[in-house]
Amino acid sequence: MLEGLMTGLATAFTFTNILMVIGGCLIGTFIGMLPGLGPMSIIAIMIPVAITIGDPSAALILLAGVYYGAVFGGSTSSILINAPGVASTVATSFDGYPMTRQGKAGKALTVAAISSFAGGTIGAVLLMIFAPALASVALLFHSSEYFALMVVGLSAIAAFAGTGQVTKALLMTFLGLIMATVGEGVLFNAPRFTMGIMDLQSGFGFITLAMALFALPEAIFLVLDPNRSKSADGSDNSEIKDLRITRDEARRITPVIGRQSLQGFFIGVLPGAGATIASFLGYAVERNIASKEEQEQFGKGSVKGIAAPESANNAACTGSFVPLLTLGIPGSGTTAILLGALIALNVSPGPRLMVDEPQIFWAVIISMYLGNLVLLILNLPLIPYIAKVLAVPRNFLIPFILFFTLMGAYIGQNNATELLILVGFGVCATLLRFADYPLAPLLIGFILGPLLENNFSRAMQLYDGVGFIWDRPMTLALLVLAVILVVLPSYRQRRARDRAEGVAEGD
Amino acid sequence: MAIDRWIALVILLICLAYGYAAFFTMDQLLPPIMKQRPIWPSTFPKVLAVGGILLSLSIVLGIEKSPTKKEAADINLANLGEYKVGQALMLLGLMVAYALLLRPLGFLGSTFLFLFVGSFILGERRYVLMAVVSAIAAGFIWYLVDAVLGIFLSPLPAMLNGG
Repeated sequence: MLEGLMTGLATAFTFTNILMVIGGCLIGTFIGMLPGLGPMSIIAIMIPVAITIGDPSAALILLAGVYYGAVFGGSTSSILINAPGVASTVATSFDGYPMTRQGKAGKALTVAAISSFAGGTIGAVLLMIFAPALASVALLFHSSEYFALMVVGLSAIAAFAGTGQVTKALLMTFLGLIMATVGEGVLFNAPRFTMGIMDLQSGFGFITLAMALFALPEAIFLVLDPNRSKSADGSDNSEIKDLRITRDEARRITPVIGRQSLQGFFIGVLPGAGATIASFLGYAVERNIASKEEQEQFGKGSVKGIAAPESANNAACTGSFVPLLTLGIPGSGTTAILLGALIALNVSPGPRLMVDEPQIFWAVIISMYLGNLVLLILNLPLIPYIAKVLAVPRNFLIPFILFFTLMGAYIGQNNATELLILVGFGVCATLLRFADYPLAPLLIGFILGPLLENNFSRAMQLYDGVGFIWDRPMTLALLVLAVILVVLPSYRQRRARDRAEGVAEGD
Repeated sequence: MAIDRWIALVILLICLAYGYAAFFTMDQLLPPIMKQRPIWPSTFPKVLAVGGILLSLSIVLGIEKSPTKKEAADINLANLGEYKVGQALMLLGLMVAYALLLRPLGFLGSTFLFLFVGSFILGERRYVLMAVVSAIAAGFIWYLVDAVLGIFLSPLPAMLNGG
């Protein structure tokens, strides 16, 4: 591990890569503050840029920096104007915005920055410990286990989709898998389902799809509902003073940060759970275990109420890199986009990554420390200026967002048909959003589709049929687990409904 | 019927068409030697088609109960009339126009027009500011993509560029 760490240090501490971290964090923070543009959209927009860089380590470091930056930027807009740019920072606005109204915006942002830093750093340490161990187990896997593992991942994503959403999430996964079969497959040199259209020969572009699924619907929603980008009461909070926190407050939030970093990390590791669930759960847990008078404070501007979701969501972001880097299976929409970017850069994430290209793996981990540090020291003094981004009028902002989604699909393909596909899919995705269909499973299915089919085909060829399912106990066990995961939510649904009623009373 | 079930119906139709292609038309062109292998190009699509049909059917029939609560942050379809649907449609049209004009007009011209008309559709009427912002942005982005990132973007109309 020490050897790997040194390799990572050597790779990460080059001038270009440090520039990538700083640039990524800044871009992420700026764009992440804009309501409606979450990490997924931002990373999708940045991918063409990252791919042009060519060096996989640098590209991944840039994207990872953008990712943390976006999560942090989302908390900034949650706190300042009660407009969470990202679902995972909604919980931050519960206490962050009340603090802003009390004139303590600076303090709230400081608590958020410190908690994010601690969450991210603790997450990176845990990642360093757990990823190599998991990868060495994963090296024993054959294609049939990989196939089963991906099925588990996909069903877990559906299982965590939420109440009443499991069938929809599963259907979206299937739709993504179906879309992935369009075009020329790797195993068979014949085009499938192209309907004779030349532009479909190589399948749908993954960036186009990512833009169409996330960035475009958000932009359309912003157009449809002008209030979406405005603050609740329109007050001007650009004056930010008093960034300091007292010793007493520091003492109170330290255990919260410790607990939530651990909890958040492990939630992040689970496929499908991710930063949003981690932040809500972190908030709920901390409120439940706080003392009576502190419980009163939650929702009215408690520092604990900011520290809990902030450390949890950053730790979860780091945690979500574990399945991505060790198994090559993305647990969330964001890591799915990262996986797509890695494949485009000719890197195949999975257990071999640590053996074949340790410098990439370790450089990413080192960049996590760096990124968190950069966020802390760069953003804290810059917060008042960064907040000015929120003053860009929407009449200018929206055309630019639309333009960047178009550019993302166009650059690298140089094909105007891709843009028409983007608009078409964007409209479909907006309709799906209207009808409450989760879109992340679609993209994850689309990205995992070829990998799933290849491993399935290889196992079928090796065992001359589906015999591999019962011939290999691990495969069978994993597939059974997948079935349990899909069936389980009907129980979870009932429990969640009870719990939701409890939370509603508490609010 | 709620919109999510209508959409499930559409997806069901897509899956049926997909399944038809996978089960009945795809294997006709398969060379005989390939047919001896345990896996055909159509094997995986067949599995997917069956799964997709079953899942969309279960949504159309409303087997899984969905919660009635609506997310506060999302748009409520019931009062669609209150939203700026016209603006959204016009902007989508503008994106299509951009896609069609990008080659004939070149990157600089079409991007300038896109940003200018885009803010116009959204209700901006400070024409000088709009023109300045659009022109600077188009130029700056072209420079960034073409010169800094090294991706070729045809800046001028096709006929001035020699194709």
